[in-house]
Amino acid sequence: MDELKQVFLQESGEQLDALETLLLELEARPDDETTLNGIFRAAHTIKGAAGMVEAVAVESFAHVVENVLDRLRNHEIAVTTELAALMLACTDHLRVLVANEAGTAQMGAAEIEAQTASLLARLRAFGPGGQVQAPKAAEPGVQRIPSPQTGHSCWHISVRFGPDVLRQGMDPENFLRFLETVGNIRHVETLADKMPPAAEMDPELCYLGFEIALESAADKQTIEDVFAFVRDECSLSILPPNAKVDDYVELIESLPEDTLRLGEILVRIGALTADELSEGLRAQAASAEGEVPADEHREKPIGEILVAQQVVQPEVVAAAVAKQTQVSEKKAQDAKLIRVPADKLDHLINLVGELVIAGAATSLLAHKRSDGELIESSSLLTRLVEEIRDASLQLRTVQIGETFNRFHRLVRDACKDLGKDVELVISGGETELDKSIVEKIGDPLMHLVRNSLDHGIEAPAVRAAAGKSPRGTLLLNAYHDAGNIVIEVADDGAGLNRDKILAKAIERGLVEPDIHLSDREIYDLIFAPGLSTADQVTNLSGRGVGMDVVRRNLQALRGTINVSSQSGQGTRLTLRLPLTLAIIDGFLVVSANRSYVIPLDAVVECVERPEMEHDRNYFNLRGQVLPSVCLREGFGLPGERPARESVVVVQYAGQRAGIVVDRLAGELQAVIKPLGAIFRHLQGIGGSTILGSGEVALILDIPALIKISGQAEQRMLVRPEQRSA
Amino acid sequence: MSVIRRAFAEDFTIYRVAELKPGLLELLGEADRIELDLAGVERMDSAGCQLLMLVKREASAAGKTLAIVAHSPAVQSLIEFYNLAAWFGDPLVVPAE
Repeated sequence: MDELKQVFLQESGEQLDALETLLLELEARPDDETTLNGIFRAAHTIKGAAGMVEAVAVESFAHVVENVLDRLRNHEIAVTTELAALMLACTDHLRVLVANEAGTAQMGAAEIEAQTASLLARLRAFGPGGQVQAPKAAEPGVQRIPSPQTGHSCWHISVRFGPDVLRQGMDPENFLRFLETVGNIRHVETLADKMPPAAEMDPELCYLGFEIALESAADKQTIEDVFAFVRDECSLSILPPNAKVDDYVELIESLPEDTLRLGEILVRIGALTADELSEGLRAQAASAEGEVPADEHREKPIGEILVAQQVVQPEVVAAAVAKQTQVSEKKAQDAKLIRVPADKLDHLINLVGELVIAGAATSLLAHKRSDGELIESSSLLTRLVEEIRDASLQLRTVQIGETFNRFHRLVRDACKDLGKDVELVISGGETELDKSIVEKIGDPLMHLVRNSLDHGIEAPAVRAAAGKSPRGTLLLNAYHDAGNIVIEVADDGAGLNRDKILAKAIERGLVEPDIHLSDREIYDLIFAPGLSTADQVTNLSGRGVGMDVVRRNLQALRGTINVSSQSGQGTRLTLRLPLTLAIIDGFLVVSANRSYVIPLDAVVECVERPEMEHDRNYFNLRGQVLPSVCLREGFGLPGERPARESVVVVQYAGQRAGIVVDRLAGELQAVIKPLGAIFRHLQGIGGSTILGSGEVALILDIPALIKISGQAEQRMLVRPEQRSA
Repeated sequence: MSVIRRAFAEDFTIYRVAELKPGLLELLGEADRIELDLAGVERMDSAGCQLLMLVKREASAAGKTLAIVAHSPAVQSLIEFYNLAAWFGDPLVVPAE
């Protein structure tokens, strides 16, 4: 496939994602201009790109979609649920068409054509746009540049600062400068009309106000947030782009300054044309005071003055400037991102891994020779290598928000299918993690979300009967915790049914009937293969495959999953994953002359093991009793115990445990080499690494070790009778 | 017509405006044309700018001319940012790139 086509496939994929997100947004807020424009742009870009690579099918279909969108944008037709659903279907179909261009479509050619025809028929219902344009006539590469003379396309912000802001150390200038980060300030008018005569004027009070035309794609909230710190100290009104003349007139009336003066200012800013304003004011005055001839007389000159003002208004210059800024902004944006093939990045990470090992070897040699200068230079080298390592790993990280946002569509569709009402709440979308993990986490997450929708959250009637809001909530959250990323999927549904799970598990022969299990162990049973508690198998879930696959997928990523649930209150699934798969900071320990690496993020502290606590599987840390594992015993290492042993206190998912080792050997960077398939069943070992000396060290799997150490204790807690035995 | 020119080297900031105000207003009584040389003003904030606006307004009201004959970069930057250059009506020297 040629390069151009590859770029097309990738770009159209991104644009289709954006289109879908925006369509879903549009459903929630049908008259949001920004969203509408965004949708139109996305469809237009897809069409243009398809034209460039001569993907005729995509281009002509996108053209029809674009026509309908254009009518939507011009308010010729209204946003309805039906139309939104159709547009989503069209998005899906575009995806299929694009996949077809790449030769990866799941459908046959006949099926695709049938679908195209049926969608086109439905689109035709929405206006004359529904004619397939002859592909030749398309103008690929032509981009719409918004007409530059439109003050109308700007937000209009009117702000009057309160008298005390200067004394409080808040300078209006800072807020306006900050506003520039949200958009492009096209015009500012500074007003000091409130300023009293010289004798009364207190120079430490603020009398300033501003009328601002802001060109920005941000929403109203974002703009309002700019003034968050002075929100109580200022009066702020924000008019959206393309606001009605009446809105401006209302604004003028509500502001303290003279109407005539404000009118002039608005015209100068470009928010209104002189005619619009005088017409608006006249209508206002006429309706407010009836037909008073004197008023009519007074209004006339305003119109004339304003027209004169407009003559002065340097529209041409403004247009030129706007265009220039547009060009330079585009350039800056282009320069911000570069596309790099993933395998090049992987190669870089591999090289950095080798560099880390080689650096460690050099540093070891330097220490052996006791050469001061060499040690110094090698430690500088080590520091730089560390920075390179972090920076190159950073290259691979992406925000998880994009993955989360995909679920909006899933939730929406599932709600329609199941007749439920569920709100998806996303937080922590800016949390970053390794791209390779993001790719692999998508499917397990989808399973969990579907599970929650299908048999977590109840039908609206059931919810209402239980005294809950009919609208269910599904929460997706992500955050960083001790070198891990934690992803939570929580719902406020019925919760897990403890007895039902247990009964099913016994029925399937997964557990013995008379066994005594803690709540946690029972909940863990949902991850057992072949267990489903749903009474009905739906097309979403309930077949009993899924949770075991989820767990297996997570384990392959060195991650874990935990479930907590309260009957009637909901279920929370907590996924923990390592941030990266390649390189970690490790803590080197030695037992029986063999080296082991503990991930440094898990280490809390190191203490000496008291003599009296030998031969016990727990130890006392300043009054706190922690389970402990002795590496010598755990791994069956040969040789005598040394006189002094150390305990490394580790922590994972809120649990602590001690690992008893012979000797501590300090920090190192470990490049993780996975163990071969033959060692997969090994418990407590997560991988291996090569030390600077060339020696191989095993990396301890802390979660597994904590589990092993905790198991013995937990069994005793559940069945106290065994303790005496 | 009497002309008076005064150069300022203090900051035109919230910390100094209270001291600056009486001095500036006094100037209005001393001549018909008052020229302010602000080339030495290292910092100016909104309070300083507001004070200049007051003096300019008072001067116009008294039928006198207030002109800022030299701008420091700080003064010029803020006046331009607030789009007040035309309001003050003083020629701003565009620095060479």
